This record gives sequence, structure tokens and C-alpha cells, in this order.
Amino acid sequence: MTKSILKKEGIPIWKSEENSKVEPKLFLARYKRDDISHLTIKDNAVCLKCTRKPCIIVCPADVYKFEEDRLIVSYDNCVECGSCFIICPYENIEFRYPRWGKGIGYRYG
Amino acid sequence: MTEKFDVIIVGAGPAGISAAITTARAKLNTLVIERGNIPGEKNVFGGVIFRHAFEKLIQDFVKVAPLERKVIEYQYWLLTDNSCIKLIYRDSNFKDKPSGYTALRAKFDAWYAKMAEEAGAMIITRTSALKPIIKDRQVIGVETDRGEVYANIVIAADGVNSLMAKHAGLYRRRKPNQVALGVKEVIELHRTKIEEIFQLGMDEGVACLIFGGPLKGMTGGGFLYTNRDSLSLGFGALLIDIANKGKRPNKILEEFKKHPSIHPYIKDGVLKEYSAHLIPEGGYDAIPQLYTNGMLVAGDAAMFVNALEYRGTDYAVESGICAGKTAIYAHKVKDFSANTLKYYRKLLENSFVLRDLKKFRRIPHIIEKNKALFDTYPEMLRDILRIWHTVDGELGEVKIKKIQREIFSKRNPLMLIKDVVELIRGVIF
Repeated sequence: MTKSILKKEGIPIWKSEENSKVEPKLFLARYKRDDISHLTIKDNAVCLKCTRKPCIIVCPADVYKFEEDRLIVSYDNCVECGSCFIICPYENIEFRYPRWGKGIGYRYG
Repeated sequence: MTEKFDVIIVGAGPAGISAAITTARAKLNTLVIERGNIPGEKNVFGGVIFRHAFEKLIQDFVKVAPLERKVIEYQYWLLTDNSCIKLIYRDSNFKDKPSGYTALRAKFDAWYAKMAEEAGAMIITRTSALKPIIKDRQVIGVETDRGEVYANIVIAADGVNSLMAKHAGLYRRRKPNQVALGVKEVIELHRTKIEEIFQLGMDEGVACLIFGGPLKGMTGGGFLYTNRDSLSLGFGALLIDIANKGKRPNKILEEFKKHPSIHPYIKDGVLKEYSAHLIPEGGYDAIPQLYTNGMLVAGDAAMFVNALEYRGTDYAVESGICAGKTAIYAHKVKDFSANTLKYYRKLLENSFVLRDLKKFRRIPHIIEKNKALFDTYPEMLRDILRIWHTVDGELGEVKIKKIQREIFSKRNPLMLIKDVVELIRGVIF
């Protein structure tokens, strides 16, 4: 993650390529990385048997990916909304806030 | 950090700061704990603040607050994939007496927090409250990631995912049909351009409420608000509906941006920020127990949002004031048990907060279940207008017949009447 490179100038709307993806947009916000994840998967086996994986769908910041039988949690993309732990049908996601002012910081809000 | 305060407030949003101003002005030793670097940094909303509640605390609010534009025009847009039906309501009355102002939370909340500091409250930032400290069934303080702090009363104003309320047992697990996911983009546009395309004077703004389109079949709505030098474009939809539709939030937002009736407004703009936040939309029936020994819950943490009117900040402010008043009363009688703090509920029941939410308690259930409002009706209306405005020499009587068929093929007369009655009952009775 190279979120330290801040795109203060923004992304022109006509650049449809950059607009269609979440990641370039996330770079626009101020972000300080916490060393430990504030999102915890309680039991990966539960995710394995979960067929719909709604956390992947609802997350507005593409935090969740399913690769090689594992749910990958890119917690440093997180915008701290809480959608994932509410939608999880197995209550398998533990949600906390990042420590000491870390995580996302909006300039506009 | 083992100091003891009269009141600790968790969260420096509109609810927490309103409570802090109220208690600090009554000379209570007040501490506000905020997890962002600056108050407002973690906060997002659609974009319109209603001044009435703020004016109870800050007399010349409109003059001193960092507001964007006063809303003089409301637009309702009914979208389908390729059409848009608009209802535009502009009223010169709002030029002199506006109710709502567009605002950006990072700037606004930082300013509002300063008002609390001026009143004498102490605000510490970069500190996450983890849970309340409970002793003999009484909340006596807050455990933070920097240590413990103690107080006679704790006010949990820590937002929709309130960890404080959760650990004190004042939290009903949010169900995916009780929260909406709001996603928003701030798009920079020169102010003269905004004033030109929306035909506005300086400091005048527009609020557009958008239905259907990319949110087809989902309970929710889009919005487009004019700020001073930018537009706020976004939507909110029930979390359960987004999951069931299987459409990623960013994709929905991009569909809004590409819609032929929205794209012309934003095409020359520059995306400055992408943000997301949950909105507690469960209404009255989702409200948790509001107080326990030594603790009160206010704002989003207590689910105080009126989804029907797109209002939340003024509910937060009012509930913060009520919580502050309750803290003052409790210090007067020197009792901090639930028995005294139930005064909070009484204050809320006499204010618009619980009265409005109770009045509209059926709305969340109606709009969650009746998806026809979000797809069948916009399409029906479009088809009626399309038949009527397609002029190719066809006989008027044939057109009328087509329209009748259009209406009744989508919704039989009985269902139609049922929908209307249900909505009217929800709003009026």
C-alpha cells in the first residue's frame, strides 16, 4: 500500500478507468496505517462453508477477497463503516476501530 | 490518565458536541473522547444540515458556522435506466428563511467541536473508547486505548456502530434491514459553474432527492447536493438489499454517475473524495434502551434518524441537548442511577426526536417490504408519459387504452389502492 502518495488534485470524472475502481478513489483520503488489523475473522472455516459471502459484495472499499480457500482481509482499505460485520450471516467478523487516530481520515466528509 | 470528570462524552459528532456544550455551560467538568485526529475526520453524511436545533445552542449559528449553501430549491428525480421525471420546487421564501444548509462534515464538525471547547469542555482526539467501565452494575468510566477515565455520567454518542452502547447492553444488534449503506462522492466544480447550471445566486443551493434508476428494486434513494465549490453525489440503500441484489456499492454509484440525466452535471468535475458510512434507518422500533445506571445513548448510537425526511443531524443535536440536560439534573440531585436518568427518555418523548420517530414508525417497515415503490411505479410513470408524448398520429383513444393497460398490467387496481392507503396510513396516522 502506498497511500502516502496523496492525489490531492483528484480524479477527473471523464477518466472512466480510474473512476470505475475503488482503489484509486481510496487514495484520495488521508490514511494512517495501524500495524494490527481492526477486523478479525473469528473462524476461517466458517467462511469456507459460507456460500454467498455477502461481506465481499457490500464492502464499499473492497476489503474482502476470497483466494485459495481463505478470506483475505485488506484492512488498510477499510473506511470503518461496519457493513461487513452486520451483513455477516454467521457473525464471524469482529469489528473494532483502529487505535490512536489511525485509519481513514476524510477531508470533506 | 485516571482523572475523574463529571461527564464523559464519547464521540465528537453533532450529538456528542451538543451534549458537551450543554454540560460545559452548566459548569460541569466535561470530557469529550474522539477517535479521529480532528473532530469530523471520521464523519460522513449526505449533505444537508437543518439549523433549528443548532440555534438552540448557538444564537447566530448561520453567521458563524462553516456552511456551504442555503437550500432554496428541492428537486425530486424519478429515474429509470434511460429516463428521468423531475419535480422541481423552488421557493423564494427560503431565500430569507432557509431551513436547510448544505455542509461538509470534516469542516463543520471541527468548527462545532471548537464551540464546545469555548464553552469549557475538554476534547481529546486520537483516542478510541473501547468499552464502559462497569462496577456494581453502574457505569463509572470509559476504557480507552490510552487508559481509563472516570465520570459520574457517560454519554455514548459514538455513532451507528456504538461500542459503548454494545458493551453496556444498550445496543440491539443491528439487522441488515435496519441500516442503510450510504456512499458518497465529493466532486469539485467551480462555483460559477454550479450557479450557472442550477440557476443559483451566491450562497444559494439545491437539494435533489433521486429515486429508482441504479437502485431499482432496492429500498433507498440517491442525492445530489450543491456545496460552495463542489457537488455531493451519492446514495443510501438498505444493506440487505445491496447484498441480495449482489451489486457492489461502487458500481451502483458509478451507474448514477453515468446516468444520462446525471452525467451532464458532473462531467467537467474532479473527484475529490469517496466515502461511505452506515445510516441507522430502523426507526422507532429499532431504538434500544436509552439509559442505564450512569450512562445515556444519543444520536446515531440510539438510531435517531428520520429516513423519511432525510434528517439525522438535527435529531442528533436535540438528543445531545436532552442528554446534557439530564446530566445537569442528575448532578443537581446527586444521583446517577437509571432511576434518575430515565428523565432523559421523558425529555426525548416531549421533543421532536421521539415524537416524530413514533409518528413515522411504520415507514421503515412499509418501504422495506413494498419494493414496488422503487421499481414498478417509476417505470409505470415513465411508460405513461412515454405513451402520451409519443406523437405519431395514433388516435387519442388508443393512447388512453394503452395507458390503462399499462397501469393495470403492472399493478392490479386492488394492489394500487392498497399501496396508496398503506402510504397514507404510514404518514398521516
